[in-house]
Amino acid sequence: MMSHAAYVFASYAVAAATVAGLVFWVIGDGRARQRELKELEAAGIRRRSAEASSGAGR
Amino acid sequence: MSENSLAIRKFSDLANPTRFLALADRVLPWFAVATALFFAAGLWLSFTTEGDYQQGETVRIMYVHVPAAWLSMMCYTVMAISALGTLVWRHPLADVSAKAAAPIGACFTFLALVTGSLWGKPMWGAWWVWDARLTSVFVLFLMYLGLIALNRAMDDPARSARVSAVLVLVGFVNIPIIKFSVEWWNTLHQPASVLRLDGPTIDPEFLWPLLIMAVGFTLLFFTLHIAAMRNEIWRRRVTSLRRQAVRNAGREAQAL
Repeated sequence: MMSHAAYVFASYAVAAATVAGLVFWVIGDGRARQRELKELEAAGIRRRSAEASSGAGR
Repeated sequence: MSENSLAIRKFSDLANPTRFLALADRVLPWFAVATALFFAAGLWLSFTTEGDYQQGETVRIMYVHVPAAWLSMMCYTVMAISALGTLVWRHPLADVSAKAAAPIGACFTFLALVTGSLWGKPMWGAWWVWDARLTSVFVLFLMYLGLIALNRAMDDPARSARVSAVLVLVGFVNIPIIKFSVEWWNTLHQPASVLRLDGPTIDPEFLWPLLIMAVGFTLLFFTLHIAAMRNEIWRRRVTSLRRQAVRNAGREAQAL
């Protein structure tokens, strides 16, 4: 039988781990997609709707 | 008539993904800071307020369990509104919104189930019971997983958007079932004590940390949702640019 404090600690630990995992996944996903967009732009592939000047197609 | 079309144009201006990306860049830092501030205050109150005279320390589990459970339902409601946007107005961002929300909703539902279990063991003497509230939330979790799987199974967002939107709307029937399960059936789970027509029946000692944590969790949801929507727009741009590159390469090969 765990003490009550252990249940409270476990709850907050699971919450912290889940939220941290979610935050890092969202940040990591965003960075990976931006890297891909930069690579495509470096290869000279641009969106048709984007103006010739850079920055418009962000 | 002209006023109407002006309103529609303003609405569709907001729906423009490029405009959304600019707006997201501007608001995300503010949302992130507000989330951190509310969590700091909420966590401070969660551990400095008194324990319950019957539940002791375990009442502190409520400050993560209840906001997570609220958000699991709010996230699905956001997805249902987005699904309407996809089916009725064919809003270009609506499908992006629904797809970005699903993994976030799944995480909050998982959190509500796990913390509920960790609260149930010391208070009810059981990790899990198949009562109406717990079962309906478990079904919600499975629906989130199903929607994530469906979204990933189909490559073309234009085709998956409508199928996914119909499924989200059909699944929305579960949300009132979850909310009222504790009133319609005899459950081990307690009935609502905050969102009641006759006002909260919970002591202010517990209500304040709970409300502040709930605001913190809600801000966290919107921060993550906006960031995930931005990621989804980027993902779609990468896909369409790659397709364009392949088409260009094909045309050049033909010209030779």
